[in-house]
Amino acid sequence: MKKLTMALAAMVLATLPAAAQMQLNGAGATFPYVIYSKWFDVYNKKTGVQFNYQSIGSGGGIKQVIEGTVDFGASDGPMTDAQMNEVKQKQGTEIMHIPTVMGGVVATYNLPEAGQHLKLDADALAGIYLGEITTWNDPRITNQNKDLSLPNKPIIAVHRSDGSGTSFIFTDYLSKVSKTWSGKVGKGTSVNWPLGLGGKGNEGVSGMVKQTEGAIGYVEQAYAVKNNLPYASLKNKAGFYVEPSLESVTEAAQSEARQMPADMRVSITNAAGKKAYPICGFTWLLIYKHPKDKVKGKAIQQFLHWAMKDGEAYAADLMYAPLPKEVVKLNEKLINSIAVK
Amino acid sequence: MTDNRQHRPQTRSLNIGDELFKNLTRFFAALILVLVVLMAYEMAVQSRLTWNKFGLSFLVRSVWDPVQENYGALPFIYGTLVSSFLALLIALPLSIGIAVFLSELAPPWLERPVSFFVELLAGIPSIVYGIWGFFVMVPWIRSAVEPALSSALGSLPLFRGAPYGVGMLSAGIILSIMILPIIASISRDVLRAVPRAQKEAALALGSTRWEATRIAISYARSGILGGAILGLGRALGETMAVTMVIGNRPTISASLFEPGYTMASVLANEFTEATSDMYLSVLIEIALVLFIITIVVNSFARLLVWTVTRRSTQGHT
Repeated sequence: MKKLTMALAAMVLATLPAAAQMQLNGAGATFPYVIYSKWFDVYNKKTGVQFNYQSIGSGGGIKQVIEGTVDFGASDGPMTDAQMNEVKQKQGTEIMHIPTVMGGVVATYNLPEAGQHLKLDADALAGIYLGEITTWNDPRITNQNKDLSLPNKPIIAVHRSDGSGTSFIFTDYLSKVSKTWSGKVGKGTSVNWPLGLGGKGNEGVSGMVKQTEGAIGYVEQAYAVKNNLPYASLKNKAGFYVEPSLESVTEAAQSEARQMPADMRVSITNAAGKKAYPICGFTWLLIYKHPKDKVKGKAIQQFLHWAMKDGEAYAADLMYAPLPKEVVKLNEKLINSIAVK
Repeated sequence: MTDNRQHRPQTRSLNIGDELFKNLTRFFAALILVLVVLMAYEMAVQSRLTWNKFGLSFLVRSVWDPVQENYGALPFIYGTLVSSFLALLIALPLSIGIAVFLSELAPPWLERPVSFFVELLAGIPSIVYGIWGFFVMVPWIRSAVEPALSSALGSLPLFRGAPYGVGMLSAGIILSIMILPIIASISRDVLRAVPRAQKEAALALGSTRWEATRIAISYARSGILGGAILGLGRALGETMAVTMVIGNRPTISASLFEPGYTMASVLANEFTEATSDMYLSVLIEIALVLFIITIVVNSFARLLVWTVTRRSTQGHT
């Protein structure tokens, strides 16, 4: 009997602090799920604040933020002005975009003749996806790969069939570098691809590329590195061929930091820096500027400060490119402006 | 007899349990109808935006451009119908063959394990078929089946074009494997249910085993057709396995080698990232179209079964 009472008391004691514990609910992008889990876990051990994050996709995250069913959202693409207005109407507050980490998108290919050393510029990449370049020995490709003898094989362009932030970054880049692309196709999580095959997810695209000689596709940088896929060096805006790496992605944000708008809804594809990799982007946390629950707002603010100060250090190990100092500084300003009083 | 009739109303009115049970089951049955109507209603309301913008032309337009918000459903309707009927075309003869073997010819020691495996196939989740299809079947189709088909039958527009591996043909084949167990096991049960007397009579009249089997098949044809309809229903709605092997391009092409797209696949692919109202509404309208097509195909098939049954019963009496 004594034992039972003690056990009961222990149970009550164990549940008490949990009840008092802060729990923050979030939903959104799948791409940053790994690092967010790490952050939430480390931060929970440190402060006891609990996070419940559902990686349902950026679109879902934005929808939930608009409906006010979460405390924060996450997205790989910035919200549109129309969506921002909708939040304002429905939730009575502005929404802030806080960039957290970055990711690159790499062009992976299956061409034994090229090994790991294919070089491509914007014109070639856009030409391939527009269907203007149909074989690997097209002069628009060979002129920058003089050391390789590229075969007369048809090019099979593979894209993501599911709506995704990866497609958004890729098409955003193509829209910036090719007038034909921006006029004919444009940018989005799903677009009207002029040609090619659609694969579901990174694994679907890389699977099709691996199986098909002559294929080219685009996948998340981390996925390509983990699976040892070959990827092309891309010519950036400054005219240098750059391999995708965490450093070259961070460099892209750094070189653009000065021109960034205050609300941080910015695309960093085709960045100006000499060492900048051209196809990459931020992923954002979506935070209410005037949170209804001030206590929760305060907790989110503290968490964001921690993420900027200590959290970024976890990024590289998990294959995310960390933010450059300049962007962290811009973020701090935004984080401080959350109205928690 | 007359006594019974006089007594019956009395017992009925007295027995509340019976009444209650009857009404309860009636209520359950009505739930199905209500559910179907509610679903259709909800989808119709949610897709009003698309309906207002495109109207009926939505069904015959073949653009799919989420950036310009310009949509048409034709390539998806085409892909769903073609891949499903292709699957049925492949699966039906195979299934009947399996069913005939299992019910008429196989010795019991072989019949049991084969039946077991056929039913096992029906229980495999579709994603497993998809992964197998993508990593095993598609490379084989690309390197063996498509080159062979195009060299033998390349003069037909059906078998022209580059062998991508993924495409309508792969979708049809993977679907045929998925619907085969349903059709085969139903056909087997139906063939087994053919009265012994039928077969014995045929044999007694001097027909060969083949002729007797043919008589059994024609006796069971309405049941076999029913199985085929169930299979077709599964093929129409199948999502994951198809999206992994069909190539996901909204185009209409005469060649089975070319990639296509189905209604279920586009829903699975694009629903999560559909943020604008128009985009959502268009996807819901696709769902509604799929819903209606499934109903139409099923009713059509029912009609077919009904005519066949009527004719066969007339033939037998």
